[in-house]
Amino acid sequence: MITPKINGDVIKKYLNEGKRFDGRGFDEFREIIIEPNVSKKAEGSARVKIGKTEVIVGIKMDIGTPYPDSMDKGNLITSAEILPMSSDRIELGKPGFESIEIGRITDRVLRESGFIDFKGLCIKEGEKVWNLYVDIYSINDDGNLLDAAGIGAVAALKWARMPKYDEETGKADYHEHRDELPLDENVPISLTFHKVGDHFIIDPNREEEDFSETRITLGSKKGIISSIQKGESHQVSVEDFGKVLDRMEVVWKEVLKSIEKQIEKNKK
Amino acid sequence: MTTKKSETKSSGKFERPDGRKVNELRPIWAKVGVVPNADGSAIYASGDTIAIAAVYGPKQMHPQHSQNPEKGTLRCTYLMNSFSVNERIKPGPNRRSMEISKITEWALEPVLMLKDFPSQVIDVHINIIQADAGTRCAGINAASMALAHAGVPMKSLVTSVSAGKLDKTLVIDLDKEEEDFEEGEGPTDIPLSFTGDGKITHMQLDGKISPAQLKEAVEMARESAKEIHKIQVKALKDSVEGDKK
Repeated sequence: MITPKINGDVIKKYLNEGKRFDGRGFDEFREIIIEPNVSKKAEGSARVKIGKTEVIVGIKMDIGTPYPDSMDKGNLITSAEILPMSSDRIELGKPGFESIEIGRITDRVLRESGFIDFKGLCIKEGEKVWNLYVDIYSINDDGNLLDAAGIGAVAALKWARMPKYDEETGKADYHEHRDELPLDENVPISLTFHKVGDHFIIDPNREEEDFSETRITLGSKKGIISSIQKGESHQVSVEDFGKVLDRMEVVWKEVLKSIEKQIEKNKK
Repeated sequence: MTTKKSETKSSGKFERPDGRKVNELRPIWAKVGVVPNADGSAIYASGDTIAIAAVYGPKQMHPQHSQNPEKGTLRCTYLMNSFSVNERIKPGPNRRSMEISKITEWALEPVLMLKDFPSQVIDVHINIIQADAGTRCAGINAASMALAHAGVPMKSLVTSVSAGKLDKTLVIDLDKEEEDFEEGEGPTDIPLSFTGDGKITHMQLDGKISPAQLKEAVEMARESAKEIHKIQVKALKDSVEGDKK
């Protein structure tokens, strides 16, 4: 269903009074729930719920060859698919731009933050490396799939165990999973600010997101920004962008806390 | 102001591979009217990066079900030539080029009065014929000039430039060698686009940077965009004067 314009007008009016429909503050996430191992066949997986929004993320690995410009590093391949089951507005067919963008933004959040030690995914320099696939599927879209994808990717990677490398066949042995992935202890956070009317808010629900004029996704680790994507066409003043950065410096700690709590709780 | 500060900070310590100052752009060359069939066109070269843009429209959108009766559609296609880089690119669109096409639309849309063109489409085709980093910025600059050259009503031109950080030093307009810089904190690339009055219409970032330094980098980019803006305007004026002769 498409959100009627009148709802948008009321959402914006509320924001002008400092309020959101569900009573949250502008910098407040809905409850984040992360569950591990939603799929046994994956090397690692996670289900992330942010309010009613839900994504599942799975990690698969196989043996590949390195790229010419990174002969001693493994490969990261991130993809996202917004499944038609996740709302009544998605059409069947090949992935639309929204899916592609979620995959690419999540890829950059992971890659640029230095979360993954790609050298630790090298088996034989110049010949054999691990391919690390991060695949994201939306199950229910109630807004903010972008940040849900980022959180899910981090959790799934944290929980993943690498398949054994079989020296004889030169292939991955999926019957034995042991080692954790070579990851940094600090996790990256994907945090998206949406401009609705005259205000920036985070974690919009579906209705709020429908009236988002532009969004800024900040990928960061320990408060250091490692990736940005401004999406949609509305312009932003340099001053307003500065304010977003100031708010991000506070909010990332809150989000990190709730993610780490969930990851710790479910640690094997 | 901000630009000066980082210049002194780095002086003596850091040198760019091609000897440019931290806030110095690569040599720019720009010209409009390079694709005779198009309604508007431009070529924009920044160092060894060269982009051509051609505009067709506003024209009726086909198929009819793609028409938007509320406002016109801006449709950008960014394409890198297969031979524009060392390792040949498989021809045709890929996920990267699709994203940059969309980013280009978002960067340009705020200055266009698309509401005046319901059910119409403006096609912008961008071709990178030689790539040495900063191709999306060059593409946006060329596209913006091509739109103006086509006579599409615009509030201002859009000017794009990338700010960056090499190890700890802020610089402007990274080339490929700098993009592959591996010392210290490595490279950070921040492509940005601005309207004529300095509002941000596009921003991306890859790398590592503190919020405080990022603010400084954005200011630096805004200053450099003013220089590029002048070159864009001059190229457009030159074409009009050429017509008079």
